[in-house]
Amino acid sequence: MTNEIRRVGVCGAGGTMGAGIAIVVARAGFETVSHDLSQDALDAAKKQISGFFGKSVERGKMNGTARDATLGRMQATTSLDALAGCDLIIEAVFEDLRIKQDLFRDLDSVCAEHTIFASNTSTLSITEIASGCGREDRVVGMHFCLPAQLMKLIEMSPGMNTSQQTFRSAWAFVDQAGQTPVKTQDKPGFILNALLVPFNNDVIRAVEAGVASPADIDKAIKAALGYKMGPCELLDLVGLDTQMRLCEAFYPVTLDVRSSAPPLLRRMVAAGHLGRKSGRGFYSYDGNTMFGG
Amino acid sequence: MKYSITRSGVSRSFPEGDAFLSAASDDSADVIVYLGANGLSGPAYHPDNAKAAIVVELDIECLGVHTGEQSGEEGSNVVGFARYRNGEDAPSGLVELVRQPNAEESAIFAARQVFEEAGLEVVVCADQAGRIIDRLVRPKYNAALRFLDEGLASAKDMDMTCRLGLGYRDGPIERVERGDLARHFKITQALFETYGTPGYAPARRAIVAKQRKED
Repeated sequence: MTNEIRRVGVCGAGGTMGAGIAIVVARAGFETVSHDLSQDALDAAKKQISGFFGKSVERGKMNGTARDATLGRMQATTSLDALAGCDLIIEAVFEDLRIKQDLFRDLDSVCAEHTIFASNTSTLSITEIASGCGREDRVVGMHFCLPAQLMKLIEMSPGMNTSQQTFRSAWAFVDQAGQTPVKTQDKPGFILNALLVPFNNDVIRAVEAGVASPADIDKAIKAALGYKMGPCELLDLVGLDTQMRLCEAFYPVTLDVRSSAPPLLRRMVAAGHLGRKSGRGFYSYDGNTMFGG
Repeated sequence: MKYSITRSGVSRSFPEGDAFLSAASDDSADVIVYLGANGLSGPAYHPDNAKAAIVVELDIECLGVHTGEQSGEEGSNVVGFARYRNGEDAPSGLVELVRQPNAEESAIFAARQVFEEAGLEVVVCADQAGRIIDRLVRPKYNAALRFLDEGLASAKDMDMTCRLGLGYRDGPIERVERGDLARHFKITQALFETYGTPGYAPARRAIVAKQRKED
């Protein structure tokens, strides 16, 4: 037996990931309440969402009537109280344990008994996020991939106290939303980041060890394995500072040396070579010339 | 660029019927490609400074095994290479060209030209264990095999996650199993002996596969 989910709240919906999740939810026919502390962020997200659906119509993926109906299902608010009627809340707020714990604790006093809380965390423990929120049995991991509005995969993780009914309901929602759920244990990085973060560190260490240039490593990985993007290109896209934060989240928990920040990564971040966002990472983006790292 | 081929064993890079074999010239060519020498200890080629390049196929060993090493000063017109291949899958389009510190630039240029004219993609890497691909992907396969043992997720879900979430052509479990877990053992054992870091230590499933092959 699963609870029926009709109305879904998305916290942190002023951010890129939150806005993408809101698109997925509304597109699937659910009433969607986007929440963020910043009205400006919500306004900016609304523009992005309208633009996204506009392109969907242009490309023939949906018609104008469906677009208008979808946008009509979406509302935005800076008030947590407006989430009171939601059957499911998906949080995509800043990746900080205390912030997520506080949010769920606050939501517990606002939402109905049956409301499920889902966390989009990519690195934190679902059990720890749920701890002390008052409804530990109704908290589940629901990790969307970037960009959420395009990627189908969702990593679903039960915490130690998550009830089977909660997990079934959340899984059914993901199915209904047209996404592809995979079940993972509540372990650091689940599947994706548990494989990707150490791999990216290995790449950085290989550059530092003089094995090959970033460009040749990218070329090799794409040619041999068919990856769409080389690891150095991906790191530049994601941001070297983000990789650093992931290392800092993973290593103290796993003590896996592959997850520890390589010295070159630390130097690049200290030098402000953060990737595309700063114009320079493993590559330089003013003329797309290679930077040796 | 004309090249001749000298074969001393089975080539993993260019199996029988590969167009690269039939396009070879006679011994007067500027470049000599030595195939099937991998796994041999000691020189797998005849030095010839008159050639633009001597190109030696490698397996998991370093080029230094064949050339000898001189305190970081090694290098000549001899370069190594391996065409990446997962187990018995068809060889990929990637050639890893291995250079020693003082390799002649003209030799690297000539070797690159030979392979690129054959339609292959060429990258240059240092003479370090695992070159680029094995050095980077083997620890990831080890991690995936360990996650499988620890129940993080099913093999099917891990593979699907990598395909859908990262855009990989295939997942780590299906790829390492297709490539032969016993070969994965052989490669990771060699990497572990070289680097000594736990990420290269052969995964339990690779050890089992290797032990079963020995029975």
